[in-house]
Amino acid sequence: MASTSTTAGEQAPGLQSQLMTLNLGPQHPSTHGVLRVVVTLDGEEVVEAQPDIGYLHRNFEKIVEGWALPGVVPFSDRNDYLAAIANEVCVCDAIETLGEVELPDRAKWLRVLFAELQRIISHELWYGAFGMDLGAFTPFLYGFRDRETGYLLMEKATGARMLYAYNRIGGLRNDVTDAWLKELEGYLDFMEKQAFPEYMKLLIENEIFVMRTKGTGQLTREQAIAWGASGPVLRSTGLPWDLRKKRPYLVYDQLEFDVPTGTNGDNYDRAMVRMLEIKESIKIIRQVLRRLPDGPVLAKARAAVRPRVGEYYARQESPRGEVGVHLVSNGRPNAYRLKWRAPTFSHLQLVPLMCRGVKMADMIANLGSLDIVMGEVDR
Amino acid sequence: MNDVLAAVLEALAVLTYVALNAFVLIWLERKIAGHIQRRIGPLRVGGPGGSLQSLADGIKLFSKEDFRPGGRDGIIWWLAPLVSMTPAVMVFIAIPFGQHLIIHDMNIGLIYITSITSFGLLGVFMAGWGSNNKYSLLGAMRAGAQLFSYEIPAILSTIGVVLAAGSLSLETIVAKQSAHWFLFPQILGFIVFYVAILAETNRTPFDLAEAESELVGGYFTEYSGIRWAMFPFAEYGTLFTGCALATTLFLGGWHGPLFLPGWVWFLIKTYILVFIAMWIRWTLPRVRIDQLMDLGWKFLIPLSLINILGTGAYIALVR
Repeated sequence: MASTSTTAGEQAPGLQSQLMTLNLGPQHPSTHGVLRVVVTLDGEEVVEAQPDIGYLHRNFEKIVEGWALPGVVPFSDRNDYLAAIANEVCVCDAIETLGEVELPDRAKWLRVLFAELQRIISHELWYGAFGMDLGAFTPFLYGFRDRETGYLLMEKATGARMLYAYNRIGGLRNDVTDAWLKELEGYLDFMEKQAFPEYMKLLIENEIFVMRTKGTGQLTREQAIAWGASGPVLRSTGLPWDLRKKRPYLVYDQLEFDVPTGTNGDNYDRAMVRMLEIKESIKIIRQVLRRLPDGPVLAKARAAVRPRVGEYYARQESPRGEVGVHLVSNGRPNAYRLKWRAPTFSHLQLVPLMCRGVKMADMIANLGSLDIVMGEVDR
Repeated sequence: MNDVLAAVLEALAVLTYVALNAFVLIWLERKIAGHIQRRIGPLRVGGPGGSLQSLADGIKLFSKEDFRPGGRDGIIWWLAPLVSMTPAVMVFIAIPFGQHLIIHDMNIGLIYITSITSFGLLGVFMAGWGSNNKYSLLGAMRAGAQLFSYEIPAILSTIGVVLAAGSLSLETIVAKQSAHWFLFPQILGFIVFYVAILAETNRTPFDLAEAESELVGGYFTEYSGIRWAMFPFAEYGTLFTGCALATTLFLGGWHGPLFLPGWVWFLIKTYILVFIAMWIRWTLPRVRIDQLMDLGWKFLIPLSLINILGTGAYIALVR
């Protein structure tokens, strides 16, 4: 619109326009944690957006080098704090592979169950936050209502709300009760019958929402692959790349589910992919509930985990994409090197590309649709 | 001497009403938001349903530190809340709450209201300019573009009513609606007017000027305490007057089917419109600035022109 942006060509002689540099964050309502974006603005239009990270740096990778491996698990919770189970399962997978620990069957199924429940909870939060980014306050509270129920379930099973430390090397800390599984089923019913239709009606199907998200923040498949995108961001461009299908781990190869994909790779498709993933996760949990085997949830404990010399890259499909742990061991109880691959670290690099030349409001929407968690970006 | 006394009393009455109205509306907004969002809303401060919340908020705001941003444009920054609040109060004197229940029935009442409301923009712009804050400046720019563009459809949509009533005096306009309201022949005008009011009061889906997720607090980012309170005070004043004007122009003002006093009918209709505005606010996401401009210039203005054309043709043919 001519009323909001000026270009050098249409200026009256004698008038000058100047680009404005705006520091968006680290304290800002919609930077999702402590992200700082240095935005160069031409009126309402973003000329350049440069994310500046590091405000939540905890030196994760170096600190864990000095720790015995089981101690890494609780600390890994803090990376993607909105999907802590995915971190735990991933880091446990790496340690178990190198330490040659065999997982009991029930633990495998339960890990899938918790990972998917975590995915639902994480997407609920994203739904609320994305609504907030677009200026709708109410979806936030609806997302939080169900996230709260989910967290209560998590708390009942694991003892903690967000940072569980529930996975152990070789299984899970404790088993779940039948009563809890019943309650979980009730939650799934509620999500499917009431909450999900509400989500769609309240925000996703809204005319203004569609207007705001369709065609904005568009990524091509080539761009997404080139910048290392994964998860919903990659799938929204039409590539059905889901590690649960392509590189099945735990018991995902025995489960039936679809991989939702988009076509345009815009904000709307990313939103739709995440919404449909909630449905798929519900489907997966229902299958797990039907087929959950009996037995122990923790392998016979050994005095200490001693991984063999070597290296292993474990990766999983977290709600945000591919989370990976590259563990290098020299045979000692602590890691020689542990590299953490955070999906949203790669996604954050897309911000300058996606935000060049868009309106300020769309920049916020783009940031929101990438679903960035600064905990894992900064580590 | 009597004139002066009367003027002072009138001003006091208006100020009291505006303040009370803002208190009620803020409490109402929070209650409605609460129930829409599956919460309860204010409850614990006191009064039935927590209705003293606004009073408590007022006391808190009065006692807060008077923070002044460094590098502000002194007088402009200081004046801005007053400039945006004054027109919101001034508008009240021309609104017919009931038959003869109007402080000043001017023969140009409608023009008076629309021109006074436009002053509000000045306050918003001064706040954004004087704060020495980039978010405020962006908010003020947005507000400038937005209020200016929505002023036009708002005024154009009232022309149909003026044509039908043959008068600019609000009391005459209401009196002309004793048989049937102007709503039904002029439904287009009503819709345009209502949407324009939402935009002029900076409410979702048009709250771009204060867009929290983008601009932190928009044009009043740098205001706190009672200075800040003047902006929502003005906003709720304008919301009420906008809805009152819609009631006056389209919904038959004080006329009602049952034997209730006129002013009760007037308030019922107005508060229903206010409620709808709140309902919309807590349901919809925000539009983008270019979409806002498109809606204003490419949709609302043509619609209101069609409304004028239709009304004009009807009058020309029938009379």
